[in-house]
Amino acid sequence: MNLLLIFIGSVLINNFVLHYFLGICPFLGVSKKIKAAFSMGVAVTFVLVLTAVASWAINHWILIPYDLQYLQIVAFILVIASLVQFVEMFVRKTSPPLYQAMGIYLPLITVNCAIMGLALLASLKEYDFAETVVFGVGAGAGFTLAIVLMAAIREQLELADVPEAFKGAGIALVVAGIMALAFLGFSGMIK
Amino acid sequence: MTEILIPIVTMGALGLFFAVGLAFANKRFQVRVDPRLEKVAEALPQANCGGCGFPGCQALAEAMVNGKASAESCPVGGEEVARRIAEILGVEAGEIVAKIARVHCRGTLKAARPRGDYQGIPSCRAADLLGGNKECRYGCLGLGDCVRACPFEAMAMKEDGLPVVFENKCTGCGKCVEACPRNIMELRPAAQDVLVFCRSLDRGPIARKICDNACIACGICARDFPQAVIMENFLAWIVDDTKIPAERLSDLGKCPTGAIGRIERIR
Repeated sequence: MNLLLIFIGSVLINNFVLHYFLGICPFLGVSKKIKAAFSMGVAVTFVLVLTAVASWAINHWILIPYDLQYLQIVAFILVIASLVQFVEMFVRKTSPPLYQAMGIYLPLITVNCAIMGLALLASLKEYDFAETVVFGVGAGAGFTLAIVLMAAIREQLELADVPEAFKGAGIALVVAGIMALAFLGFSGMIK
Repeated sequence: MTEILIPIVTMGALGLFFAVGLAFANKRFQVRVDPRLEKVAEALPQANCGGCGFPGCQALAEAMVNGKASAESCPVGGEEVARRIAEILGVEAGEIVAKIARVHCRGTLKAARPRGDYQGIPSCRAADLLGGNKECRYGCLGLGDCVRACPFEAMAMKEDGLPVVFENKCTGCGKCVEACPRNIMELRPAAQDVLVFCRSLDRGPIARKICDNACIACGICARDFPQAVIMENFLAWIVDDTKIPAERLSDLGKCPTGAIGRIERIR
Protein backbone atom coordinates (compact mmCIF):
# COMPACT_ATOMS: atom_id res chain seq x y z
CA MET A 1 0.00 0.00 0.00
CA ASN A 2 2.81 2.31 0.91
CA LEU A 3 4.56 1.63 -2.42
CA LEU A 4 1.36 2.39 -4.35
CA LEU A 5 0.98 5.65 -2.42
CA ILE A 6 4.56 6.64 -3.26
CA PHE A 7 3.99 5.81 -6.93
CA ILE A 8 0.74 7.75 -7.31
CA GLY A 9 2.14 10.52 -5.18
CA SER A 10 5.16 11.01 -7.39
CA VAL A 11 3.19 10.73 -10.64
CA LEU A 12 0.31 13.07 -9.86
CA ILE A 13 0.61 14.95 -6.61
CA ASN A 14 4.30 15.63 -6.18
CA ASN A 15 4.93 15.61 -9.92
CA PHE A 16 8.60 16.46 -10.47
CA VAL A 17 7.91 19.02 -13.15
CA LEU A 18 4.68 20.56 -12.01
CA HIS A 19 5.13 20.44 -8.24
CA TYR A 20 8.87 20.56 -7.54
CA PHE A 21 9.65 22.47 -10.77
CA LEU A 22 12.55 20.15 -11.48
CA GLY A 23 13.58 19.29 -15.03
CA ILE A 24 11.97 22.38 -16.52
CA CYS A 25 14.75 22.61 -19.10
CA PRO A 26 13.88 19.48 -21.13
CA PHE A 27 10.21 20.07 -20.28
CA LEU A 28 10.28 23.30 -22.30
CA GLY A 29 13.05 22.34 -24.71
CA VAL A 30 11.88 18.99 -26.04
CA SER A 31 8.11 19.46 -25.92
CA LYS A 32 7.44 20.66 -29.44
CA LYS A 33 6.52 17.24 -30.85
CA ILE A 34 4.72 14.45 -29.01
CA LYS A 35 7.02 11.75 -30.40
CA ALA A 36 10.24 13.47 -29.32
CA ALA A 37 8.65 14.32 -25.97
CA PHE A 38 7.77 10.68 -25.36
CA SER A 39 11.32 9.54 -26.23
CA MET A 40 12.65 12.11 -23.81
CA GLY A 41 10.23 10.90 -21.14
CA VAL A 42 11.33 7.29 -21.59
CA ALA A 43 15.00 8.25 -21.46
CA VAL A 44 14.44 10.31 -18.29
CA THR A 45 12.52 7.46 -16.66
CA PHE A 46 15.34 5.07 -17.47
CA VAL A 47 17.98 7.35 -15.99
CA LEU A 48 15.80 8.10 -12.94
CA VAL A 49 15.42 4.44 -12.07
CA LEU A 50 19.13 3.85 -12.59
CA THR A 51 19.89 6.81 -10.38
CA ALA A 52 17.51 5.64 -7.70
CA VAL A 53 19.32 2.31 -7.46
CA ALA A 54 22.84 3.75 -7.60
CA SER A 55 22.25 6.61 -5.20
CA TRP A 56 20.61 4.32 -2.67
CA ALA A 57 23.58 1.98 -2.83
CA ILE A 58 26.11 4.80 -2.45
CA ASN A 59 24.12 6.39 0.32
CA HIS A 60 23.61 3.25 2.38
CA TRP A 61 26.87 1.44 1.80
CA ILE A 62 29.35 4.30 1.74
CA LEU A 63 28.01 7.65 2.92
CA ILE A 64 26.00 6.59 5.96
CA PRO A 65 28.52 4.06 7.40
CA TYR A 66 31.31 6.63 7.23
CA ASP A 67 29.08 9.51 8.38
CA LEU A 68 29.61 11.42 5.15
CA GLN A 69 26.06 12.54 4.29
CA TYR A 70 27.29 16.10 3.80
CA LEU A 71 29.07 14.85 0.66
CA GLN A 72 25.80 13.59 -0.83
CA ILE A 73 25.62 16.15 -3.63
CA VAL A 74 29.17 15.57 -4.83
CA ALA A 75 28.93 11.81 -4.53
CA PHE A 76 25.59 11.63 -6.34
CA ILE A 77 26.82 13.80 -9.22
CA LEU A 78 29.86 11.59 -9.57
CA VAL A 79 27.85 8.39 -9.58
CA ILE A 80 25.10 9.62 -11.90
CA ALA A 81 27.50 11.10 -14.46
CA SER A 82 29.68 8.00 -14.58
CA LEU A 83 26.72 5.65 -14.77
CA VAL A 84 25.02 7.50 -17.60
CA GLN A 85 28.30 7.65 -19.49
CA PHE A 86 28.73 3.94 -19.05
CA VAL A 87 25.18 3.17 -20.11
CA GLU A 88 25.62 5.33 -23.20
CA MET A 89 28.74 3.41 -24.22
CA PHE A 90 27.07 0.11 -23.49
CA VAL A 91 23.94 0.92 -25.50
CA ARG A 92 25.99 2.30 -28.38
CA LYS A 93 27.89 -0.95 -28.64
CA THR A 94 25.13 -3.43 -28.05
CA SER A 95 22.06 -1.83 -29.60
CA PRO A 96 22.60 0.81 -32.31
CA PRO A 97 18.84 1.29 -32.94
CA LEU A 98 18.23 2.05 -29.26
CA TYR A 99 21.23 4.38 -29.29
CA GLN A 100 19.82 6.16 -32.33
CA ALA A 101 16.46 6.50 -30.62
CA MET A 102 17.62 8.00 -27.34
CA GLY A 103 21.31 8.65 -27.88
CA ILE A 104 20.88 12.39 -28.19
CA TYR A 105 18.78 12.63 -25.05
CA LEU A 106 20.93 10.55 -22.73
CA PRO A 107 23.84 13.01 -22.30
CA LEU A 108 21.34 15.84 -21.96
CA ILE A 109 19.73 14.22 -18.96
CA THR A 110 22.92 13.43 -17.07
CA VAL A 111 23.16 16.84 -15.50
CA ASN A 112 19.45 17.44 -15.15
CA CYS A 113 18.19 18.67 -11.79
CA ALA A 114 15.31 16.18 -11.78
CA ILE A 115 17.85 13.35 -11.50
CA MET A 116 19.72 15.07 -8.69
CA GLY A 117 16.41 15.98 -7.04
CA LEU A 118 15.33 12.36 -7.02
CA ALA A 119 18.52 11.18 -5.35
CA LEU A 120 18.37 13.89 -2.68
CA LEU A 121 14.62 13.62 -2.04
CA ALA A 122 14.82 9.84 -1.69
CA SER A 123 17.53 10.11 0.93
CA LEU A 124 15.74 13.00 2.68
CA LYS A 125 12.55 10.94 2.98
CA GLU A 126 14.63 7.96 4.18
CA TYR A 127 13.07 5.51 1.75
CA ASP A 128 14.26 1.91 1.79
CA PHE A 129 15.46 0.25 -1.40
CA ALA A 130 12.07 -0.82 -2.82
CA GLU A 131 10.53 2.53 -2.00
CA THR A 132 13.39 4.37 -3.71
CA VAL A 133 12.99 2.36 -6.89
CA VAL A 134 9.22 2.89 -6.97
CA PHE A 135 9.81 6.58 -6.30
CA GLY A 136 12.15 6.67 -9.33
CA VAL A 137 9.67 4.89 -11.61
CA GLY A 138 6.87 7.19 -10.43
CA ALA A 139 8.95 10.30 -10.94
CA GLY A 140 9.81 9.16 -14.46
CA ALA A 141 6.19 8.35 -15.28
CA GLY A 142 5.15 11.73 -13.91
CA PHE A 143 7.76 13.50 -16.02
CA THR A 144 6.68 11.58 -19.13
CA LEU A 145 3.03 12.39 -18.45
CA ALA A 146 3.77 16.09 -18.00
CA ILE A 147 6.03 16.44 -21.05
CA VAL A 148 3.69 14.51 -23.37
CA LEU A 149 0.70 16.57 -22.22
CA MET A 150 2.74 19.71 -22.75
CA ALA A 151 3.79 18.60 -26.24
CA ALA A 152 0.19 17.82 -27.17
CA ILE A 153 -0.88 21.30 -26.06
CA ARG A 154 2.01 22.95 -27.89
CA GLU A 155 1.23 21.08 -31.12
CA GLN A 156 -2.24 22.61 -30.96
CA LEU A 157 -0.76 26.00 -30.02
CA GLU A 158 1.16 26.04 -33.30
CA LEU A 159 -2.17 26.55 -35.03
CA ALA A 160 -3.57 29.02 -32.52
CA ASP A 161 -3.55 32.76 -32.99
CA VAL A 162 -1.12 33.68 -30.21
CA PRO A 163 -0.42 37.38 -29.64
CA GLU A 164 2.99 38.41 -30.96
CA ALA A 165 4.42 39.17 -27.50
CA PHE A 166 3.52 35.72 -26.11
CA LYS A 167 4.89 33.62 -28.97
CA GLY A 168 7.46 30.93 -28.21
CA ALA A 169 8.77 30.68 -24.67
CA GLY A 170 6.17 33.10 -23.27
CA ILE A 171 3.09 31.07 -24.06
CA ALA A 172 4.94 27.84 -23.15
CA LEU A 173 5.59 29.17 -19.64
CA VAL A 174 1.98 30.35 -19.30
CA VAL A 175 0.78 26.89 -20.32
CA ALA A 176 3.19 25.25 -17.87
CA GLY A 177 1.85 27.47 -15.09
CA ILE A 178 -1.76 26.61 -15.85
CA MET A 179 -0.86 22.90 -15.97
CA ALA A 180 0.80 23.22 -12.56
CA LEU A 181 -2.38 24.79 -11.20
CA ALA A 182 -4.44 21.93 -12.64
CA PHE A 183 -2.15 19.36 -11.04
CA LEU A 184 -2.53 21.18 -7.73
CA GLY A 185 -6.07 19.80 -7.78
CA PHE A 186 -4.67 16.32 -7.13
CA SER A 187 -3.20 17.34 -3.79
CA GLY A 188 -6.44 16.52 -1.99
CA MET A 189 -6.22 12.88 -3.06
CA ILE A 190 -3.83 11.73 -0.35
CA LYS A 191 -4.04 13.05 3.17
CA MET B 1 42.80 14.68 11.16
CA THR B 2 40.74 11.59 10.41
CA GLU B 3 37.61 13.76 9.81
CA ILE B 4 39.28 15.17 6.75
CA LEU B 5 41.10 12.02 5.70
CA ILE B 6 38.04 9.78 5.52
CA PRO B 7 36.10 11.95 3.03
CA ILE B 8 39.20 12.54 0.92
CA VAL B 9 40.01 8.86 0.77
CA THR B 10 36.44 7.69 0.14
CA MET B 11 35.70 10.29 -2.53
CA GLY B 12 39.10 9.75 -4.10
CA ALA B 13 38.55 6.01 -4.16
CA LEU B 14 35.07 6.45 -5.62
CA GLY B 15 36.39 8.78 -8.31
CA LEU B 16 39.26 6.47 -9.12
CA PHE B 17 36.94 3.48 -9.26
CA PHE B 18 34.62 5.18 -11.75
CA ALA B 19 37.48 6.59 -13.78
CA VAL B 20 39.08 3.18 -14.19
CA GLY B 21 35.67 1.65 -14.93
CA LEU B 22 34.91 4.20 -17.62
CA ALA B 23 38.36 3.94 -19.17
CA PHE B 24 37.99 0.19 -19.32
CA ALA B 25 34.47 0.44 -20.74
CA ASN B 26 35.67 2.92 -23.34
CA LYS B 27 38.16 0.36 -24.62
CA ARG B 28 35.82 -2.58 -24.27
CA PHE B 29 32.82 -0.93 -25.93
CA GLN B 30 34.65 1.03 -28.56
CA VAL B 31 32.66 1.53 -31.75
CA ARG B 32 34.76 1.78 -34.86
CA VAL B 33 33.65 4.54 -37.19
CA ASP B 34 34.65 4.48 -40.83
CA PRO B 35 37.68 6.80 -40.96
CA ARG B 36 36.60 8.00 -44.41
CA LEU B 37 33.42 9.42 -42.90
CA GLU B 38 35.30 12.14 -41.05
CA LYS B 39 37.37 13.04 -44.10
CA VAL B 40 34.36 13.24 -46.40
CA ALA B 41 32.48 15.37 -43.87
CA GLU B 42 35.47 17.69 -43.72
CA ALA B 43 35.59 18.04 -47.50
CA LEU B 44 31.93 19.08 -47.66
CA PRO B 45 31.10 22.80 -47.35
CA GLN B 46 29.34 22.34 -43.97
CA ALA B 47 26.69 24.87 -44.95
CA ASN B 48 23.97 22.30 -44.03
CA CYS B 49 21.72 23.82 -46.68
CA GLY B 50 20.07 20.51 -47.62
CA GLY B 51 20.48 21.21 -51.31
CA CYS B 52 21.53 17.60 -51.85
CA GLY B 53 18.28 16.26 -50.41
CA PHE B 54 19.88 14.93 -47.22
CA PRO B 55 19.29 16.58 -43.84
CA GLY B 56 22.71 18.19 -43.67
CA CYS B 57 26.33 17.63 -44.60
CA GLN B 58 26.91 14.87 -42.01
CA ALA B 59 24.01 12.83 -43.37
CA LEU B 60 25.26 13.25 -46.93
CA ALA B 61 28.75 12.17 -45.87
CA GLU B 62 27.29 9.01 -44.33
CA ALA B 63 25.30 8.29 -47.48
CA MET B 64 28.40 8.83 -49.62
CA VAL B 65 30.52 6.47 -47.54
CA ASN B 66 27.75 3.85 -47.63
CA GLY B 67 27.53 4.22 -51.40
CA LYS B 68 23.99 5.56 -51.25
CA ALA B 69 24.97 8.90 -52.77
CA SER B 70 27.48 9.59 -55.50
CA ALA B 71 30.58 11.70 -54.91
CA GLU B 72 29.15 14.62 -56.89
CA SER B 73 25.91 14.82 -54.90
CA CYS B 74 26.78 18.15 -53.31
CA PRO B 75 25.45 20.89 -55.60
CA VAL B 76 27.12 23.59 -53.53
CA GLY B 77 30.67 22.27 -53.48
CA GLY B 78 30.77 21.75 -57.23
CA GLU B 79 33.58 20.11 -59.11
CA GLU B 80 36.34 20.82 -56.61
CA VAL B 81 34.56 19.14 -53.69
CA ALA B 82 33.37 16.25 -55.84
CA ARG B 83 36.95 15.54 -56.93
CA ARG B 84 38.29 15.61 -53.37
CA ILE B 85 35.55 13.28 -52.14
CA ALA B 86 36.01 10.92 -55.05
CA GLU B 87 39.68 10.79 -54.14
CA ILE B 88 38.89 9.90 -50.50
CA LEU B 89 36.39 7.23 -51.50
CA GLY B 90 38.54 5.95 -54.34
CA VAL B 91 35.87 6.32 -57.01
CA GLU B 92 35.67 8.25 -60.25
CA ALA B 93 33.92 11.58 -60.01
CA GLY B 94 31.23 12.00 -62.60
CA GLU B 95 31.14 15.16 -64.63
CA ILE B 96 29.07 17.84 -63.01
CA VAL B 97 27.90 21.06 -64.52
CA ALA B 98 27.93 24.06 -62.23
CA LYS B 99 24.44 25.48 -62.04
CA ILE B 100 23.15 28.87 -61.07
CA ALA B 101 19.67 30.07 -60.19
CA ARG B 102 18.15 32.37 -62.80
CA VAL B 103 15.17 34.71 -62.63
CA HIS B 104 12.81 33.94 -65.50
CA CYS B 105 10.68 37.07 -65.46
CA ARG B 106 11.08 40.64 -66.55
CA GLY B 107 7.72 41.84 -65.29
CA THR B 108 9.03 44.86 -63.42
CA LEU B 109 6.69 47.20 -61.57
CA LYS B 110 6.78 49.40 -64.67
CA ALA B 111 6.39 46.71 -67.32
CA ALA B 112 3.63 44.56 -65.80
CA ARG B 113 0.09 45.82 -65.24
CA PRO B 114 -0.86 45.73 -61.55
CA ARG B 115 -3.97 43.97 -60.36
CA GLY B 116 -5.47 45.61 -57.29
CA ASP B 117 -3.36 46.58 -54.31
CA TYR B 118 -2.14 43.56 -52.35
CA GLN B 119 -1.98 44.35 -48.62
CA GLY B 120 -1.86 40.82 -47.22
CA ILE B 121 0.93 38.74 -45.71
CA PRO B 122 4.17 39.86 -47.39
CA SER B 123 5.00 36.47 -48.86
CA CYS B 124 4.79 35.24 -52.44
CA ARG B 125 3.16 32.00 -51.36
CA ALA B 126 0.32 33.85 -49.65
CA ALA B 127 -0.09 36.35 -52.47
CA ASP B 128 -0.18 33.55 -55.01
CA LEU B 129 -3.21 32.03 -53.29
CA LEU B 130 -5.12 35.25 -53.98
CA GLY B 131 -3.96 35.34 -57.58
CA GLY B 132 -1.13 37.76 -57.03
CA ASN B 133 -0.65 41.47 -57.44
CA LYS B 134 -0.19 41.53 -61.22
CA GLU B 135 -2.52 40.85 -64.12
CA CYS B 136 -0.02 38.21 -65.26
CA ARG B 137 -0.74 34.91 -63.52
CA TYR B 138 2.72 33.57 -64.34
CA GLY B 139 4.97 36.47 -63.37
CA CYS B 140 7.16 37.22 -60.39
CA LEU B 141 5.14 38.35 -57.36
CA GLY B 142 8.03 40.45 -56.13
CA LEU B 143 7.58 39.74 -52.40
CA GLY B 144 10.95 38.08 -51.99
CA ASP B 145 10.31 34.49 -50.83
CA CYS B 146 13.35 33.49 -52.86
CA VAL B 147 15.57 36.14 -51.26
CA ARG B 148 14.57 34.99 -47.77
CA ALA B 149 15.08 31.33 -48.70
CA CYS B 150 18.64 31.89 -49.94
CA PRO B 151 21.11 30.55 -47.33
CA PHE B 152 24.08 32.22 -49.02
CA GLU B 153 22.86 35.83 -49.28
CA ALA B 154 23.21 35.49 -53.02
CA MET B 155 19.90 37.18 -53.81
CA ALA B 156 18.44 40.63 -53.37
CA MET B 157 15.29 42.49 -54.30
CA LYS B 158 15.81 45.25 -56.86
CA GLU B 159 13.86 48.50 -56.79
CA ASP B 160 12.06 47.53 -59.97
CA GLY B 161 10.32 44.71 -58.07
CA LEU B 162 12.34 41.74 -59.33
CA PRO B 163 14.99 39.67 -57.54
CA VAL B 164 18.58 39.42 -58.73
CA VAL B 165 21.07 36.59 -58.27
CA PHE B 166 24.71 37.43 -57.55
CA GLU B 167 26.58 34.91 -59.61
CA ASN B 168 29.70 34.73 -57.50
CA LYS B 169 27.64 33.94 -54.38
CA CYS B 170 25.05 31.60 -55.89
CA THR B 171 25.96 27.97 -55.24
CA GLY B 172 23.06 26.40 -57.09
CA CYS B 173 21.54 24.80 -53.99
CA GLY B 174 18.03 25.30 -55.35
CA LYS B 175 16.38 26.71 -52.21
CA CYS B 176 14.94 29.63 -54.17
CA VAL B 177 13.55 27.25 -56.80
CA GLU B 178 11.61 25.47 -54.05
CA ALA B 179 10.48 28.72 -52.47
CA CYS B 180 9.05 30.30 -55.60
CA PRO B 181 5.36 29.45 -56.01
CA ARG B 182 5.43 30.38 -59.69
CA ASN B 183 8.56 28.59 -60.88
CA ILE B 184 10.23 31.84 -61.86
CA MET B 185 13.48 30.57 -60.38
CA GLU B 186 15.21 27.73 -62.14
CA LEU B 187 18.69 26.24 -62.03
CA ARG B 188 20.55 26.70 -65.29
CA PRO B 189 24.10 25.78 -66.30
CA ALA B 190 26.27 28.70 -65.27
CA ALA B 191 27.78 28.90 -68.74
CA GLN B 192 24.41 29.39 -70.44
CA ASP B 193 23.66 33.08 -70.72
CA VAL B 194 20.84 33.17 -73.30
CA LEU B 195 17.52 32.81 -71.54
CA VAL B 196 13.80 33.34 -72.04
CA PHE B 197 12.77 35.77 -69.34
CA CYS B 198 9.12 34.87 -69.28
CA ARG B 199 6.90 32.08 -67.97
CA SER B 200 3.60 33.31 -69.35
CA LEU B 201 1.44 30.74 -71.10
CA ASP B 202 -1.09 33.40 -72.10
CA ARG B 203 -1.83 33.90 -75.78
CA GLY B 204 0.14 36.63 -77.49
CA PRO B 205 -2.49 39.40 -77.51
CA ILE B 206 -3.33 38.88 -73.84
CA ALA B 207 0.31 38.60 -72.78
CA ARG B 208 1.14 41.79 -74.69
CA LYS B 209 -1.70 43.67 -73.00
CA ILE B 210 -0.70 42.84 -69.43
CA CYS B 211 3.10 43.00 -69.62
CA ASP B 212 5.50 44.97 -71.79
CA ASN B 213 8.24 42.34 -71.51
CA ALA B 214 6.17 39.16 -71.96
CA CYS B 215 6.84 36.49 -74.54
CA ILE B 216 4.02 36.99 -77.04
CA ALA B 217 4.77 33.81 -78.96
CA CYS B 218 5.48 35.64 -82.23
CA GLY B 219 7.98 32.93 -83.14
CA ILE B 220 10.75 35.11 -84.57
CA CYS B 221 13.42 33.51 -82.36
CA ALA B 222 12.19 30.01 -83.16
CA ARG B 223 12.42 30.80 -86.90
CA ASP B 224 15.88 32.32 -86.61
CA PHE B 225 17.31 29.49 -84.50
CA PRO B 226 15.20 26.41 -85.21
CA GLN B 227 17.68 24.08 -83.52
CA ALA B 228 18.02 26.18 -80.39
CA VAL B 229 14.56 27.53 -79.63
CA ILE B 230 11.14 25.93 -79.85
CA MET B 231 7.72 27.49 -79.41
CA GLU B 232 5.30 25.65 -77.17
CA ASN B 233 2.22 26.70 -75.20
CA PHE B 234 2.65 30.30 -76.40
CA LEU B 235 6.11 30.50 -74.90
CA ALA B 236 9.60 30.22 -76.33
CA TRP B 237 11.81 27.54 -74.75
CA ILE B 238 15.55 27.22 -75.22
CA VAL B 239 16.41 23.58 -75.84
CA ASP B 240 20.08 23.98 -76.73
CA ASP B 241 21.80 27.29 -76.31
CA THR B 242 25.00 26.07 -77.94
CA LYS B 243 23.18 26.24 -81.28
CA ILE B 244 23.14 30.03 -81.02
CA PRO B 245 26.55 31.10 -82.35
CA ALA B 246 28.13 34.16 -80.81
CA GLU B 247 28.21 36.15 -84.06
CA ARG B 248 24.45 35.79 -84.48
CA LEU B 249 23.56 36.77 -80.93
CA SER B 250 22.46 40.19 -82.12
CA ASP B 251 19.59 38.52 -84.01
CA LEU B 252 17.97 37.97 -80.62
CA GLY B 253 17.46 41.72 -80.55
CA LYS B 254 14.65 41.19 -83.06
CA CYS B 255 12.45 40.04 -80.16
CA PRO B 256 9.77 42.72 -80.00
CA THR B 257 9.44 42.58 -76.22
CA GLY B 258 12.95 41.62 -75.16
CA ALA B 259 11.68 38.42 -73.55
CA ILE B 260 14.64 36.45 -74.92
CA GLY B 261 18.22 37.59 -74.70
CA ARG B 262 21.52 37.43 -72.92
CA ILE B 263 21.49 37.80 -69.19
CA GLU B 264 23.34 40.67 -67.64
CA ARG B 265 25.89 38.99 -65.37
CA ILE B 266 25.69 40.47 -61.89
CA ARG B 267 28.38 39.71 -59.36
